[in-house]
Amino acid sequence: MPLLTCKDFLMELSDYLDEALDAELRAKLEQHITECPNCWVIADTTKKTVKIYKGMEPYPIPSDVEARLMAALEQKMAAKQKSVAAVRRK
Amino acid sequence: MAVSSFTAIDEGALVAQAREGDAASFSELVRRYEGKIFRLAQHVTQNREDAEDVLQETFMKAYEHLDQFQGNSKFYTWIVRIAVNQALMKLRRRKTDKSVSLDEAIDTGEDTVVREIAAWEEDPEEQFTREELGKILDTAVQSLDPPYRTVFMLRDVDELSTEETAEALGLSVPAVKSRLLRARLQLREKLTRYFKRKGGDAFAYL
Repeated sequence: MPLLTCKDFLMELSDYLDEALDAELRAKLEQHITECPNCWVIADTTKKTVKIYKGMEPYPIPSDVEARLMAALEQKMAAKQKSVAAVRRK
Repeated sequence: MAVSSFTAIDEGALVAQAREGDAASFSELVRRYEGKIFRLAQHVTQNREDAEDVLQETFMKAYEHLDQFQGNSKFYTWIVRIAVNQALMKLRRRKTDKSVSLDEAIDTGEDTVVREIAAWEEDPEEQFTREELGKILDTAVQSLDPPYRTVFMLRDVDELSTEETAEALGLSVPAVKSRLLRARLQLREKLTRYFKRKGGDAFAYL
């Protein structure tokens, strides 16, 4: 089977890290990183990049922002319920 | 029913009750996702005031159009799509000189060029406090172009699937994949500055 170039490797890197490749291509990529120290480092550091970000919790929403959101929604929901009640009364 | 008992309730049931007009169920859905939507809005608009508007408009629209939610995608995917559209409108209004879209990623090939190759510490995040790390990660994401930033946030931070991300952003699956690759490579490059192995053993893998 033809050897992968570093550019080929890079193009498949995301799918490789997401384990979304078929077995044959995966084997080729694994072969490549055993022989190419640069690509090994790129794969390893990209994998760590994804891992560090994964599941990063958002900061709690500022309380004033939440208060304004809830107030706006309550107003809207109350208006809707009023109109539903009006329709039901008819 | 105590408010805390909502946390155990399955999302589908909450959506169904909200559609029946149950305000408490809708409020619980808002509480589940407001933090993520606010963060996403901040990342897309890069402006706190706009992000707050986007947050409000997203949940207002979601409430108004709840009957249009089909239930064949996740509720979060559906509201992300609303939020992204609202955020893009804000961006367009601010940058009147050129239209902004998430379709604008121009493939110059430049962004897959790898400039720095250095091994990282085994657990690079442990070299920093939580606060420092948060700042490093945020700054790095903010420096990406909007099309890359948005795809990265949804795929790798919010952990939507490729298909869900494509659906939320109105993009094709290959477009999501190519942007994700570029975003990851650019972030890797930016983080290498902080996380590379210190001292003489940076090339110890050779």
